[in-house]
Amino acid sequence: MTTTDRPQARMKTRNRQRMIRLLVVLAGSLLVPGLLASSASAQEDGPAIFGSLKYEDPDSGDDLPVEGVTIEVTSADGYEESSASDAEGAFRVTVPGNGVYSVTLDVETLPDGVNLRNPDRNPLESEVNDGSDRRVLFPLVLGEEGEGGGGTSGGITGRRVAQLTVEGLKQGLYLAMAAIGLSLIFGTTGLVNFAHAELVTFGMIITYGFNFYGFAGMIGFLAPLPGPFGDGVNLIPAAILGMAAGGVVGYVLNRFIFRPARSAGVSLIAQLVMTIGLSIFLRYLMLYLFGGAPRTFKDYSAQTAWSIGPIDVTPKDLVAMGLSIAILVGVASYLELTRMGKAMRAVADNRELSESTGIDVERVITFVWVSGASLAALSGVFFGLDQVKWDFGFRILLLVFAAVTLGGLGTAYGALVGALVVGLAINLSTLFIDAEVKNMVALLILVVTLLFRPQGILGKSERIG
Amino acid sequence: MDWGFIIERTLSTMFGIEVVVFALAAVGLNVQFGYAGLLNFGQVGFMAAGAYGLGVTVYWLEWNFWIGIVFGVLFSIVLALLLGLPTLRLRADYLAIVTIAASETIRLFVRWRRMKEVTGASEGIGEFADAFYELSPFGEGVRYDLGPFSYVGRDLWVLLVGWVILLLAVLLVWRLMSSPWGRALKSVREDEDAARALGKNAYFYKLQALMLGGVLAGIAGMLQVVQKGSIQPDTFNPVITFTIWAILILGGPGRTFSPIIGAMIYWCLIVFVENFLRQLPAGPADFLEDTIELSVLNISQLRFMLVGLGLLLLARFRPQGIFGSREEMALDDR
Repeated sequence: MTTTDRPQARMKTRNRQRMIRLLVVLAGSLLVPGLLASSASAQEDGPAIFGSLKYEDPDSGDDLPVEGVTIEVTSADGYEESSASDAEGAFRVTVPGNGVYSVTLDVETLPDGVNLRNPDRNPLESEVNDGSDRRVLFPLVLGEEGEGGGGTSGGITGRRVAQLTVEGLKQGLYLAMAAIGLSLIFGTTGLVNFAHAELVTFGMIITYGFNFYGFAGMIGFLAPLPGPFGDGVNLIPAAILGMAAGGVVGYVLNRFIFRPARSAGVSLIAQLVMTIGLSIFLRYLMLYLFGGAPRTFKDYSAQTAWSIGPIDVTPKDLVAMGLSIAILVGVASYLELTRMGKAMRAVADNRELSESTGIDVERVITFVWVSGASLAALSGVFFGLDQVKWDFGFRILLLVFAAVTLGGLGTAYGALVGALVVGLAINLSTLFIDAEVKNMVALLILVVTLLFRPQGILGKSERIG
Repeated sequence: MDWGFIIERTLSTMFGIEVVVFALAAVGLNVQFGYAGLLNFGQVGFMAAGAYGLGVTVYWLEWNFWIGIVFGVLFSIVLALLLGLPTLRLRADYLAIVTIAASETIRLFVRWRRMKEVTGASEGIGEFADAFYELSPFGEGVRYDLGPFSYVGRDLWVLLVGWVILLLAVLLVWRLMSSPWGRALKSVREDEDAARALGKNAYFYKLQALMLGGVLAGIAGMLQVVQKGSIQPDTFNPVITFTIWAILILGGPGRTFSPIIGAMIYWCLIVFVENFLRQLPAGPADFLEDTIELSVLNISQLRFMLVGLGLLLLARFRPQGIFGSREEMALDDR
């Protein structure tokens, strides 16, 4: 930018105006899932909370249903209803309408030896919105209770190792998509973007919005339009829209916040504090609009897992993993083969040198922000296949940072390698420790990396000076 | 609307325990960031280390409260060493990454089910501070009127001790920073290479600053849990760290009294806005509820949005804080 010669004061007011404009845009684009969720009307016979109770027989590997377990559903305004599971282990409790319900499994009624895999997740919070049925999950295990989400009860078996490897690969692939943007933004601008994880959450929440309210339904007065505008759209087009929306947010953040800050000479440390402020702002804005309860997408939320050899995997996860591999390969070939990709790597490598060879650095940075943010949004959609939650991004922030530091801050491929290692290490660690504290492994990786190879696997030592 | 009530609440906040706790933690952050230029984004982790150092000693080891205080301080120092040793030789943002990650990990760790016997897991620890309240010269439930404010004896005792500690801490930092040690520390902040060229061991100065700031935050954490009467893992939420940052930058990093001033401004603003919104007459209140769904329930979410926005705007347009001077601290690269 050549604005440096303009009077300082005029620039400041201009920047302020931009900031306000940005906030209006952000609020406008985000607005609304929350608003509509509470105004949507309930069906006449009422939606239901349902699920099924099964545990795996460790000898045969079959899922055995559990009959006669009492499930109690209560809400804050005094509603109470209970039901028992039938011979197939299924239960179904009709509720009066939309709202947040607390679902409790009466542990006393479980047969001897069968326990909740994760006793902390009882009672569960379940939010019924849009008058549609909600599935709740109570994973059961045979044997000692609460040996963590992965079920440490089985000890180290080939079957568990295989299953956890797949889980780790899955998490690593999704993490990689979130991490590449963070790493490239650092590489091109030197900025550590603490708000990057918020873009992951944004992706899942905006996709949830498209999924339930269609292209335009999130803007209040357009809601009565027929589908696909006012009504929900299928998750796949919704995810594409969500990715695009993530890209728009990335563009806006760069164009109206960080580019003016760069050209006004705001130091990198101050910019880092800005990203922290931005991340808290976005996180609580999403809580404000989306509410605190976890939700699931309308489509593909209750799939039964396929058994492929020793592993169980849901079709949606298989598709998402395949897609993310394809996308990561696409990103890699883009970086290798196209002019823009080469320019990105050049700027990340040495900004001054590439500027002097005629690369338009600001354009490259814009591109990095847009593509990084839309990849982060898409990773949010993939993560959201399990659960959509307002603070999801913050929960994986540690993992993303561990991944990029391990791989080498500023390198695209480093983020990829780091994310896969972190995903695998965390999930396989549940062979030895409780799933509850598996994320601590990421901190361990982070500290060990910094102690022994601070530049990361693929980084160059001069970076960390 | 009851303006008298709102103003009274706002003014009494100015000297309340929140101001003391956050100001003390901000004094610690001021040593780390304001004087030494360290990006510690895990201050709440140090607060948790102090609180749990105290709690674990009393609850698990069943030792004396006062030994617990010593352990609280020790825990903070150990945490500072653990985080500082691997990162302080590297560029500044690595410390930021590690501290933000560690503070959240500490929270996960203390609420781990298997730690139940030691830390009380998610239920936390209660009834550990009796020895502290036995020393109180004030009657436990008696109400004391001090000018326009009135306090229960228990609160007055914590408040008195808190303010004494806070003022002593500010005094200590002020003396330290005008000592040769403080001048060397500031020179490390300004130009690490130059300080090293003059024979100063920059690494150790930074480590000492991280430890001192961590101990102050640990004491703040202990004060907070003693006042609450219980230690809950989820009160050590990462947003507390960012609030402390907002307070420090509001007051101006690298200045002696800025943490206290910043904490007073922050808490007065928050209490005023919250009480104002809660006291709105039915008309405007309904209007806000209908348009932006602002209700009594989510007013506190608005508070955190304001913290974030405030931090963003301050860092962008006034990094030296409201009263800070540009020479002392302009959040510069190093």
